[in-house]
Amino acid sequence: MDNPEIDINKENPKSKKNSLSILWARLFKKLFSSHNLGDFIFERLTLLFAVLVFLLVILMGYEMYVGSKISIDKFGWSFLTNSVWDPVQEIYGALPIIYGTIVSSFLALVISVPLSIGIAIFLSEVSPDWLEKPLSFLVELLAGIPSVVYGLWGIFVLVPWIRNDVEPFLSEHLGFLPFFRGAPYGFGMLAAVLILAIMVLPIISSISRDILKSVPQSQREAALALGATRWQSTKIVLKDAKSGILGATMLGLGRAVGETMAVTMVIGNRAVISPSLFDPSYTMASVIANEFTEATSEMYLSALIQLALVLFVLTIIINAFAKLLVWSMERKLGTR
Amino acid sequence: MKFQKIISALFLTITFSMLTHAQLQLNGAGATFPAVIYSKWFDEYKNATGVQFNYQAIGSGGGIRQISEGTVDFGATDGPMTDQQLADAKSKQGTDVLHIPTVMGAVVVCYNVPGISKGLNLSGEVLADIFLGKIIYWNDSKIKKDNPKLNLPNKAIVVTHRSDGSGTSFIFTDYLTKVSKNWESKVGKGTSVNWPVGLGGKGNDGVAGLVKQTEGSIGYVELAYAVKNKILYANMKNKAGNFVEATFQSVSSAAEGAAKNMPADLRVSITDAAGKDSYPISGFTWLLVYKNMKDESKAKAMVNFLKWSMGKGQSFATDLYYAPLPKAVVKMCEKNINSITANGKKIK
Repeated sequence: MDNPEIDINKENPKSKKNSLSILWARLFKKLFSSHNLGDFIFERLTLLFAVLVFLLVILMGYEMYVGSKISIDKFGWSFLTNSVWDPVQEIYGALPIIYGTIVSSFLALVISVPLSIGIAIFLSEVSPDWLEKPLSFLVELLAGIPSVVYGLWGIFVLVPWIRNDVEPFLSEHLGFLPFFRGAPYGFGMLAAVLILAIMVLPIISSISRDILKSVPQSQREAALALGATRWQSTKIVLKDAKSGILGATMLGLGRAVGETMAVTMVIGNRAVISPSLFDPSYTMASVIANEFTEATSEMYLSALIQLALVLFVLTIIINAFAKLLVWSMERKLGTR
Repeated sequence: MKFQKIISALFLTITFSMLTHAQLQLNGAGATFPAVIYSKWFDEYKNATGVQFNYQAIGSGGGIRQISEGTVDFGATDGPMTDQQLADAKSKQGTDVLHIPTVMGAVVVCYNVPGISKGLNLSGEVLADIFLGKIIYWNDSKIKKDNPKLNLPNKAIVVTHRSDGSGTSFIFTDYLTKVSKNWESKVGKGTSVNWPVGLGGKGNDGVAGLVKQTEGSIGYVELAYAVKNKILYANMKNKAGNFVEATFQSVSSAAEGAAKNMPADLRVSITDAAGKDSYPISGFTWLLVYKNMKDESKAKAMVNFLKWSMGKGQSFATDLYYAPLPKAVVKMCEKNINSITANGKKIK
């Protein structure tokens, strides 16, 4: 059937152009005949969105790299290992700031994860219906409070309490440990840890509750039918929800690492590494927020952008680590 | 339906009136410290002349960056631009950037010492030693020497400072640099420095909050903030050896004391100024303008506004807790304002 067409083409001096148009027509046909047009558009559009996210991350990383080029060239790895942050001499070492970020977030998780899981278990397994709704609403409400409000509450309520009651108590009874020594200012690492713990609590607990709820009811029924107690059936549910809860924890960690306002209002804002929780500390997000507006020299600006780059990479590492943990856990469960 | 019609009619009138009133508009950005008086000035000036100024208080660093990049018509800063920054701006914009002082601010040393409700005297060297962590108790003999009448307690000093970069910190550290060799070599001056000791608070309110809550603490805030919030502050020893309370008069006399040796470009620090009534920790805040502007109508508006700010504008200062410029400084400013040109031509 195609033969006459080809013959004509052969005689035509402009055959090249013609065959090209036929090729286009065939390509067009191939693209659209097998698929529905709507499906095609939908597919490509979603692909575009997915690629956009990817590009955005790459672009952010690239922009930060370019912005911090001067500082990277000058300080190299010593930016991560040097502990002097001196804008006057233009010496920038971020070690105490990185330390403050990681330690404050990690300790906040140590406090909030057990509490959050407890809340989640109560809400999904134990609580009667009439109590569950208002209680979950309150927990979610906590997540919606702006961080500056947490910060103000920290300054006026939490810090005086820490200074007058918590720190004297800790140094009296646990003062033999290096973590609880020094003058009780109230402002410092301990206050930041507690504020962060309160802030990430609603995130971890509400996501964990949803995950516990998504475990099929039949699991609980089967356990109970076999004569398990409520605690034993809850343990089975927890086992199924383990990877999800870990994911929720990592989301909480992400929030803690990036939290700026509330932390800077109570942490004391000094770039030092000290074992004592009573001493002031500093976090990366706080340094950037505090110093960016008045950073006049190129090198200063560049160092602050490099700090942002470090924070960015740290967040990526945390997320990758979380994915890896969840993945390995799922594999273990699958092969069991 | 009716409601919708009313709304759209309103909307139309607003857009229409905005179109008909399309007027000259100058954009600026910079320091946060003078933002209150600048917005008052721009408001008053718009009512009087119809020329609109937009000002974004994004910080001195941002103000300097934006005027160097040419994205604004004017900038504002609490710390003068360095020679390097001026050279960079000139190479990018093809014209010099002028510093025009507008008002003055002062930094006061606030304290919270149990049993002392007024009249703490401090000298510059003692203040530097406290902020260096060398003097650590309130009953140190060096503090006692200046305060023979006060009953200073045996309490540890808790140093507090600004954690965010600020013009306030610049003036404060500039002063300490002038009065203490130790401070100069160990810390230096800047909008943010590497503080040897102490707790950092964000903003004036952050530092004031730290001082208010912590017994035995010492810190520094803007005079305006301290006056508004009735915060206790110390008398500072000036160059002439007198202990002076920070007031608008003592700040203005510090500028008067400094005016005699003022450089022509008006980039000058007036901390530790001469004169027996001068308060030693004070400083100018500057508007940054191009010496030669490309848009003639904008240049004319800028010059007229600057002249207005030196005259009538100054009368708004004390109500808003800024110290007005002394006459000698105004005269020097006017000379620089008159040197502004549009495309190389003088502005009438």
